[in-house]
Amino acid sequence: MTSLTSEHTMRTGVATKLKSHGGLIALGLILVFNIIVTPNFLHTQTLAVNISQVATIAIVAMGMTLVIATGGIDLSVGAVMALSGALAPLIFMSEFGQAYPVLGLIGALFFPLVAALLCGLFNGVIVAVLRVQPIIATLILFISGRGIAQVLTNGNLQTFSYPEFSYLGTGKILGFPFQGWLALAIACFLFWVVNRTVFGRYLLAIGGNERAAKLAGGPVRRVKIGAYVICSILSGLAGLIVVAINSASDAARNGNLMELDAIAAAVVGGALLQGGKAPIFGAILGAVIIQLVKYTLLANGVEDEVALIAKAAIILAAVYIQQARKE
Amino acid sequence: MAPLLSMAGIKKHFGGVPALRSASLEVEPGEVHALIGQNGAGKSTLIKILTGLYRRDEGTVDFAGKPSHVTSPREAQNAGIATIYQELNLVPLRSVSENVVMGQEPRSFGFMINWPEAHRRTREILARFGIEIDVTAPLGSYSTAIQQLVAIARAVSMDAKLVIMDEPTSSLDSSEVEILFGVVRELKSSGVSVLYVSHFLDELFQICDRVTIMRDGQTVGCRAIAETTKLDLIAGMLGRNAEEIAAEGLTELAGGRAAYDEVVLEVDKVATGPRLSDFSMTLHRGEIVGLGGLLGSGRTEAARSIFGLDHLTSGAMHLMGREFEPSEPSEAIRARIGFLTEDRKAEGIVPDMSVRENLTLALLPNLRRNGQIDRDREKELVGEFIQKLGIKTSHMDQPIRELSGGNQQKVLLARWLATKPDILILDEPTRGVDVGAKREIQTIIRKFVDDGHAVILISSEFEELVEGANRIVVMHEGKAVSELTNPGITENALVKALAHHEEATA
Repeated sequence: MTSLTSEHTMRTGVATKLKSHGGLIALGLILVFNIIVTPNFLHTQTLAVNISQVATIAIVAMGMTLVIATGGIDLSVGAVMALSGALAPLIFMSEFGQAYPVLGLIGALFFPLVAALLCGLFNGVIVAVLRVQPIIATLILFISGRGIAQVLTNGNLQTFSYPEFSYLGTGKILGFPFQGWLALAIACFLFWVVNRTVFGRYLLAIGGNERAAKLAGGPVRRVKIGAYVICSILSGLAGLIVVAINSASDAARNGNLMELDAIAAAVVGGALLQGGKAPIFGAILGAVIIQLVKYTLLANGVEDEVALIAKAAIILAAVYIQQARKE
Repeated sequence: MAPLLSMAGIKKHFGGVPALRSASLEVEPGEVHALIGQNGAGKSTLIKILTGLYRRDEGTVDFAGKPSHVTSPREAQNAGIATIYQELNLVPLRSVSENVVMGQEPRSFGFMINWPEAHRRTREILARFGIEIDVTAPLGSYSTAIQQLVAIARAVSMDAKLVIMDEPTSSLDSSEVEILFGVVRELKSSGVSVLYVSHFLDELFQICDRVTIMRDGQTVGCRAIAETTKLDLIAGMLGRNAEEIAAEGLTELAGGRAAYDEVVLEVDKVATGPRLSDFSMTLHRGEIVGLGGLLGSGRTEAARSIFGLDHLTSGAMHLMGREFEPSEPSEAIRARIGFLTEDRKAEGIVPDMSVRENLTLALLPNLRRNGQIDRDREKELVGEFIQKLGIKTSHMDQPIRELSGGNQQKVLLARWLATKPDILILDEPTRGVDVGAKREIQTIIRKFVDDGHAVILISSEFEELVEGANRIVVMHEGKAVSELTNPGITENALVKALAHHEEATA
């Protein structure tokens, strides 16, 4: 890790360093603002709330970052969350799940993720093999995925009391929410994948110049499909976490507008929409910034509608900084 | 007569590194002036200062009798300096007329575009250059040559006094080059000056009046073209002496040994589509086989079929005696074939990746250890190639886009050499690189072949084929039509072989 940061500083001059660390600076400003203005901000309770909220955005944003690195986009992440979130209670509340609680719990974690994997496979094949524009290809599941989830649950809110499953969203390790640790572990793993594995190198090469990557023998289709599959599985996981937090699955609301948060977090984190860059920890930083802005406005009594405008302003600033960096 | 353009004592640094140390350039009105030099000599920096993309550190620029301080390409355009870039900045999906009049559309009632007038004006401008095409058709439906001429027409319509052409012929075939030259002469006769940047020295003697030579950020000479020779110009760019070069030949490809008897690749009546309908060739160990032919004769398609990019519709290939029909490049690479593509930017480099990452891109499957890339071996290997091929880079982690064309090409060549191929297919390996790098690349190729490997060489530079190839397969309209064998191939013989088939079908 140290060798990588030293390489990075060598590449960027002093002037561009400021721009490339715009995200960290923004985070610092928000923190300082909150410490001064927001009551009880420096409280472990506040930290825990924010971590449990940000983890789902961060997990999805990391998957989105991989897809964006190939020059694609995945609009279906929110719908996949709804789908996997709807499946889990159906499994552990079924007769089988009630009769064999351990198997029910494993199944409730396993099958929703398999369903998410299949969604990713579907997206990947349409993009990489049938060569449909990613924004259109993933629009299919964006529309139908949530529909399927609502049909599965008859549009009902499924409430449950199942502490073993809810641990996913409410458990704590060393005083911090379980899903925060999970997001961190996923980030470390994906960072390794992007920077150290052959798959990661191909991923960046395909985003940087797809034809060159293909001519150098790169498995373009497989790598692209892989990116969509990882993104979907992570979305499925995020869907489970949301259900676990609420002890209820609402197919109509689970993951609603998540695609926008995830794309925004990835872009704020430094992902280039034309591909070729996959800043995993940047995605986390982006997610944290978006969550904190949301929290700041909420905690200071600003209405939700205004919060949306603030979010748009962050994206605008991120895009501006990206443009400036290019020159 | 006062010069139209006079640049003197231009200096420019990029972060402490001097790009221009003392550059000067003078262009007379109505003159076609060539600007030559190796990559990195400072030609493009000088032009970018002229067109306002860069700001000079020191020096003076006078244009049309006044000191010039343009700070953007738009200002330069308004002042009468038009630039035709290698990558055309036109809109392929819009009509020819729209592209020509864009930004200065004739209007009726002050707000509606007067299309009949726009078309008329466009036709008139193009007619001046002897081009008659449907100006309402989308620009993209025409050849690169026509598109380039449209870009020039656009420049002329804006009353340019100086037109800068950066490698204008690099993607044109010989008949299209003739049309372009006609346009250049027309510009000259109407008093417009042309600054002509090209690596093809032969062209300069056909259309230029004077030539300015740059080396290491300095202007080292300015000569009337009539009083100089090609050797003289090469010597000037390299900073070497003309006799020395004359004794060693124009390329470094010459002097190959006789090929071995062992056949490595046999291609038999292969077809992949309308652009490659009947291609046969045999390749021996230790041999360079050239593919001769004009643009569109099927040379690149032949290479693509061997590399598994286009699938065979008929015919067969044998590699080391075994049947061979790759369905993907990765399969061809595993069979120890490498393919250096013609278009470095579009099909070669990954611009934002480092020299290291670009160099090992084709080798990745072999660098995998315990599920990850073996970074130590990667660095060692890259370091070795940087040294062996003399790649000029500040660090192996420098982004490849910051390297000069010649050094990028060496990295790509290293990408393939690193896979230890038996056969290398080289499509225009020295296009767009300067004379120095060209000779170094030729030396690398020669050595590769002398080590007992085989090369299929596609080149528009006849001297490379004539001096380097053991045999030349002549192609025409997707077919291999004849074969020439060295010794005995001369540039004349090759031209005749190409022309013969050209006439036969005409």
